[in-house]
Amino acid sequence: MKPTDISAPSYFHKVVDCQWACPAHTPVPEYIRLISAGRYTDAYMVNWESNVFPGILGRTCDRPCEPACRRGRVEEEPVAICRLKRVAADNKDDVLARLTPIPETKNGKRVALIGAGPASLTVARDLAPLGYDVHVYDAEAKGGGFMWTQIPRFRLPESVIDEEVGYITNRGGVTTHYNTRIDSLKGLLAEGYDAVFVGCGAPRGRELDVPGRAEAAANIHLGIDWLASVSFEHTTSIGKRVIVLGGGNTAMDCCRSARRLGGESVTVVVRSGFEEMKASPWEKEDAMHEGIPILNFLVPKQVLHDAGKLTGMVFEKVKAEYDAKGRRQLVPSGEPDVTIPCDDVLVAIGQENSFPWIERDIGLEFDRWGLPKLNESTLQSTVPNVFFGGDAAFGPKNIIWAVAHGHDAAISIDKFCQGQDVADRPDPLVKMASQKMGIHEWSYDNDVSIDLRFKVPHADQAESLRSIKAEVELGYDRELAFKEAQRCLNCDVQTVFTTSLCIECDACVDICPTDSITFTDNAEEDALRVALKAPAINKHQDLYVADGLKTGRVMVKDEDVCLHCGLCAERCPTGAWDMQKFFLQTAKTTNGVTACASR
Amino acid sequence: MSYLKPALKHPGLPKNALGFTRRDYEGSISTLCAGCGHDSISAAIIQAVWELGIEPHRVAKVSGIGCSSKTPDYFLSSSHGFNSVHGRMPSVLTGANLANRDLIYLGVSGDGDSASIGIGQFAHLMRRGVNMSYIVENNGVYGLTKGQFSATSDKGSKAKKGAVNNDEAIDLVAMALQLGATYVGRSFSGDKDQLVPLIKGALAHQGVALIDCISPCVAFNNHEGSTKSYDYVREHNESVNKLDVILGRAPITAQYAPGDVTEVTQHDGSVLRLRKLHDDYDPTDRVAAMNYLARHKAMGEIVTGLLFVDPEPEDMHAGLGTVATPLNQLGDDILVPGSAALEKLNAALR
Repeated sequence: MKPTDISAPSYFHKVVDCQWACPAHTPVPEYIRLISAGRYTDAYMVNWESNVFPGILGRTCDRPCEPACRRGRVEEEPVAICRLKRVAADNKDDVLARLTPIPETKNGKRVALIGAGPASLTVARDLAPLGYDVHVYDAEAKGGGFMWTQIPRFRLPESVIDEEVGYITNRGGVTTHYNTRIDSLKGLLAEGYDAVFVGCGAPRGRELDVPGRAEAAANIHLGIDWLASVSFEHTTSIGKRVIVLGGGNTAMDCCRSARRLGGESVTVVVRSGFEEMKASPWEKEDAMHEGIPILNFLVPKQVLHDAGKLTGMVFEKVKAEYDAKGRRQLVPSGEPDVTIPCDDVLVAIGQENSFPWIERDIGLEFDRWGLPKLNESTLQSTVPNVFFGGDAAFGPKNIIWAVAHGHDAAISIDKFCQGQDVADRPDPLVKMASQKMGIHEWSYDNDVSIDLRFKVPHADQAESLRSIKAEVELGYDRELAFKEAQRCLNCDVQTVFTTSLCIECDACVDICPTDSITFTDNAEEDALRVALKAPAINKHQDLYVADGLKTGRVMVKDEDVCLHCGLCAERCPTGAWDMQKFFLQTAKTTNGVTACASR
Repeated sequence: MSYLKPALKHPGLPKNALGFTRRDYEGSISTLCAGCGHDSISAAIIQAVWELGIEPHRVAKVSGIGCSSKTPDYFLSSSHGFNSVHGRMPSVLTGANLANRDLIYLGVSGDGDSASIGIGQFAHLMRRGVNMSYIVENNGVYGLTKGQFSATSDKGSKAKKGAVNNDEAIDLVAMALQLGATYVGRSFSGDKDQLVPLIKGALAHQGVALIDCISPCVAFNNHEGSTKSYDYVREHNESVNKLDVILGRAPITAQYAPGDVTEVTQHDGSVLRLRKLHDDYDPTDRVAAMNYLARHKAMGEIVTGLLFVDPEPEDMHAGLGTVATPLNQLGDDILVPGSAALEKLNAALR
């Protein structure tokens, strides 16, 4: 194998599995260490820089970081990264003075953002500090978008949304136009904005198309519309027997909301198998914990009604069959149909993009799925000053993706407005620093905790089922948070090898608790992977190869299950191994601004 | 400084016949200097005992004093251990072996412990043929007292500050061969491929086995002019053979041309398969081995490998006609036969 080029930022970035998996590339281990140190405000700021909504995401994120967490590969469960984020938000002091300052002097550029959801708000946060005059339009009465209308209050209190939206909209530079629906992009462009960002989400719920649907319409609701109506407190009750159709997180929010608004017997029905459901495992768990059964392999066949009054639904039993290419098909199992009586049905079988307000004659092209044609990295549409992000860009994803899009779009808009090449993307901010303090001392806590994942305390169930607003998860207290934070392996503290210093004494090989280091004759990757002290079977994880040793062998380190405990460096007599903290902040318009402010 | 090795381990770590992973044979974390060759030897012992599938409680590890003699704390934490007086490991181990021959004895010593203060004990243990594995962690220097020459420092080699050694070195391998040791090897801490099979062979050997293991002292004997440094040993290492230890049930897979391989079946049924690296080397001929070693030493080579093995060794118990059952399993009536038996014995001696 060729020796590893550790000067490429992507190499060590990949080792920080959580940060690599996060669409916004939040420096996770960095903020977890700050939580351990009780520096909640600092931990919050590290998050805020990257993901803009730490308090919101700490309760609602889809957490792509957690399945990626290295801890999950050396013991049972990953670090509770998401809930630790909430700890930072819950325990922080006033952060207003630390937010990126908004200049009095404007740069003369006006930008319109359509929708006040996470994508648009991120763009606003990234552009206002540069002196842009930012205008946010939203049809609702307040900011937050789907974070406000779709996520029930028992998961995300209003105060948290208001606070974090306020950090963006209430500090100058951003003018909000709430209760204002944009009906024409052409019209908005005519107002002379230098750039327009479309962050309107995917606002249309997919319809159910079965016999009886139209007749019983009064008691059949589209999930996202119903959730919004619950959020606005227009809807305050539901029938005793409720069927929720769909297996995504919206379905989970629907069923749990229904449970709180009078639904005594709430049932979730999904077409696919339980395992293939789109909902996050923990959301399924929370729903089932509240006495909501999830029935799988049932396809809606008919809505039953009594002269227009909904009485129940009929489902066809199916089973999964796989063709030669491994594609799944649901075929009738031949078992008798299942009838479930009900008073209300909530349809949460997907969301679609919908752009009826974008004129088709302004040069903005759409693809065959009705999504705008975009440059994937710049998010620029075929109208050069119109950019997209969040669910509006590539279809429904989640908050953290919307934030990531927002950062990228802000860079594009800034470049566009300054007459620069939008395709020329700035580099991330990268720092490497040795953590060596003394012969055997490190400036990070290299002790590896063997505790298993700590459960987040929940409110009393009877109590929480009584109110749509009572938050179910109470969050870790400081003591639990410290213990959970200690489970983090500090994967950003990298093992860095300097060949010229190595005397090949094997000390690192002998001490490594996970047998990750081997000195051996070089070979092709596949051969090398099985020739190591412990086989490197996880091909998603790189081998770190260094050559130039006196014996002609190579040093091979399998990054897969390295605990970053620093023992290799501690036992190295010559300092050939060093523990260096890798810090990466993705490119943002505000990177330079922040640095100036803190100087 | 870390004082605990994390308990988390590689999820794909193989298990031996007993269901243990290598990590189950570890001890506490080493307090020796970083990079000490001794730590590699500890790791090799762990590997060898794990590979042999020995239950840790069947091993007794006995040591004297010195850097080397601290190491039994760093491996086999579930085994029996005795950290004895300086140079007195052989007599303590001999006593233990007399009382209970069911255990597998592992003596760990250093060049000071065995070639200086304990050389008498070393010699007598060898000539008695105590069934044990004697590992000398030989760094040619008094590391604990900051780098004076030891009795195994080669004549003409230089200390860290430049002083030249005028005294002849004691060669423990040559002594062991002369004193009747039945399994003699030399190795290098930096070559586990060679060392681990040598230790396995020694543990399986039913007589006295000596392994002189050169183990560089990174703090005081790893400089230019030293003959026990990593670089010097790598440069002058002449391995006479490559050993595979094959236990009874292991299938034989590799094929070798006739004449390239010597197989020695030990008394316990284990097979020592030696791939020849030097054509004219016969590891079962004691006198030839002594000659070979002397010749190649004069050429400045450090000869390593399995240098001699007697497949049918006799141990001390055979000569003494002692009882096979460990004393702790004998009842009082046998251990204390009474005054009549004592009278009879005394009478026989008059």
